[in-house]
Amino acid sequence: MNILKVFLIFFFLIHLNSVKADDQDERNQITKNLRCLVCQGQSVYDSDSEFANSLKILVKQKLNEGLSENQIYDYLKIKYGEWILYDPELNKNTYILWLLPILIFLIGGVIVFKNFFKKKKDQL
Amino acid sequence: MKKKLLPFFVILIFGIIFIIFYKGLEDTNIYTPNLNVKKDIPIFNSKDFYSDKILKSSDIFESNKIYLFNIWSSWCVPCRQEHPLLMTLSLNDKINIIGLNYKDNKKNAVNFLQELGNPYKKIFIDVDGIKAIEWGAYGVPESFLIYNNKIIKKYIGPLNQNSISEIKQLIK
Repeated sequence: MNILKVFLIFFFLIHLNSVKADDQDERNQITKNLRCLVCQGQSVYDSDSEFANSLKILVKQKLNEGLSENQIYDYLKIKYGEWILYDPELNKNTYILWLLPILIFLIGGVIVFKNFFKKKKDQL
Repeated sequence: MKKKLLPFFVILIFGIIFIIFYKGLEDTNIYTPNLNVKKDIPIFNSKDFYSDKILKSSDIFESNKIYLFNIWSSWCVPCRQEHPLLMTLSLNDKINIIGLNYKDNKKNAVNFLQELGNPYKKIFIDVDGIKAIEWGAYGVPESFLIYNNKIIKKYIGPLNQNSISEIKQLIK
């Protein structure tokens, strides 16, 4: 009987701990993706400013209300604008930012590809 | 033909990059929020400063009236600076000043108002800063000019003589 009790206590302790850790992980992940607007070059997760601390509480509250990660981002985007997110969205202001690396990669690929076949042809 | 094209593309790409960077020089690297957004005010419930009863924001902000929503705190030094300006503004009948006490100690806040006067019609309490975030605020002090349940103008940082005269101009 005692063994059963000990087992149950351990089972619940481990179980509850994992639930809490999951919660923390998700909150940390979200706050790492949010820019602290009053500090320069810090995420909300890293900062200890009043603004960041309130946001951490808010994210926790919203998670408890059952909002998903993207819903929280959308909520904050309405309040503060896109600047609060570290990942810029693809729109008319940011398409150069997103497409330039792909374009350079493709042009580079074409140059490498052409040179490679040219050399092969020369060798033959 | 191909050999002639390659330098042309290299120059073109460097040219584009140069133009982008050159234009970037003119932008400030400090984030400046948009101050003239006409947004609906958030609906929220919070405790009343004096009675500790739950106040509904929808009961406080009536349409067709002009409000100045001011976020303040007793520990914030710039709030102390702007407070005399709020006091003079509170004498104006056309505008109602509503306060949000941000992350404050109640006793200190009461002392602050006793010392400098109370310009607020109503004061909400924001214990953990969440209400301020619903307003899209950055910190204290911050003020929002409200008409018809819409935010007309946002003042980040302490109000000064210029912003007060601007508000008076707007509510004429």
